[in-house]
Amino acid sequence: MDNCDDTIRELEAFLDGALSEDGHHSIHAHLEGCSECLQAFDFQAELRSVIAAKCHNDEMPPGLLSRIEKCFNEDFDGDGRIG
Amino acid sequence: MQFAPQLYSAALRMTRNSADAEDLVQETYLRAYRSYEGFEEGTNLRAWLFRIMTNQYINTYRAKQRRPQETDLDDVEDLYLYRRVGNLGAMSRSAEDTLFELFTDDEVKTALEELPEAFRVPVLLADVEGFSYKEIAEMVDVPIGTVMSRLHRGRKAMQKKLYDFAEQRGLLAAGNDEQMKEPTNG
Repeated sequence: MDNCDDTIRELEAFLDGALSEDGHHSIHAHLEGCSECLQAFDFQAELRSVIAAKCHNDEMPPGLLSRIEKCFNEDFDGDGRIG
Repeated sequence: MQFAPQLYSAALRMTRNSADAEDLVQETYLRAYRSYEGFEEGTNLRAWLFRIMTNQYINTYRAKQRRPQETDLDDVEDLYLYRRVGNLGAMSRSAEDTLFELFTDDEVKTALEELPEAFRVPVLLADVEGFSYKEIAEMVDVPIGTVMSRLHRGRKAMQKKLYDFAEQRGLLAAGNDEQMKEPTNG
């Protein structure tokens, strides 16, 4: 992959792990020789990990697990079956 | 119930309130419990639970929506955030610290939660939960190409929202436009 525009176009698919092996290699080869694209890719990868980290830290309400366990042990919806 | 905390976080992003999120997680486990025969040993339990939850969310909560589904988003240029704040990295110890510290948890959550549902759910499943296009297509029940285009547009809209938050808080120095990175050309 020689062209920066083409490389940037594949950025998402690359980070999503959705490229073929050849496609992945050719992006990799371009990034090794192009610090501008590499910087953009690094930024997007970092942004993703920041988003994932900051959206994953909610505290579960304390009663939720026991509420769920309780429905496994009783006829929760009155259909004559447990659960 | 090792996946309950992950499911609860994702349910919060989907429903945007804790009462509905709790109900959604409870309903997900109940459905999983009842259809456990449908789960194939050796396949991915986490993906299976997320699939049940996504289905449940889309079916139940969509029915409750009074407003018609928004399926459109303003068009935002590629690399929107990078072209505006990418240069901040160089000024600090490391790009990682800067980006992590630039946004609060609430801002990131809000930027995701404010996306219309058709975009919010795929972005959540891909960027927060790390599912593949194929898995997301099955969970949301749309073709892979649709997943890809919704991810592309949803991600850009989220970046614009994040930029707006940073700007509102005065985090970005005036005249930042001058420092804007030029689009790269081939």
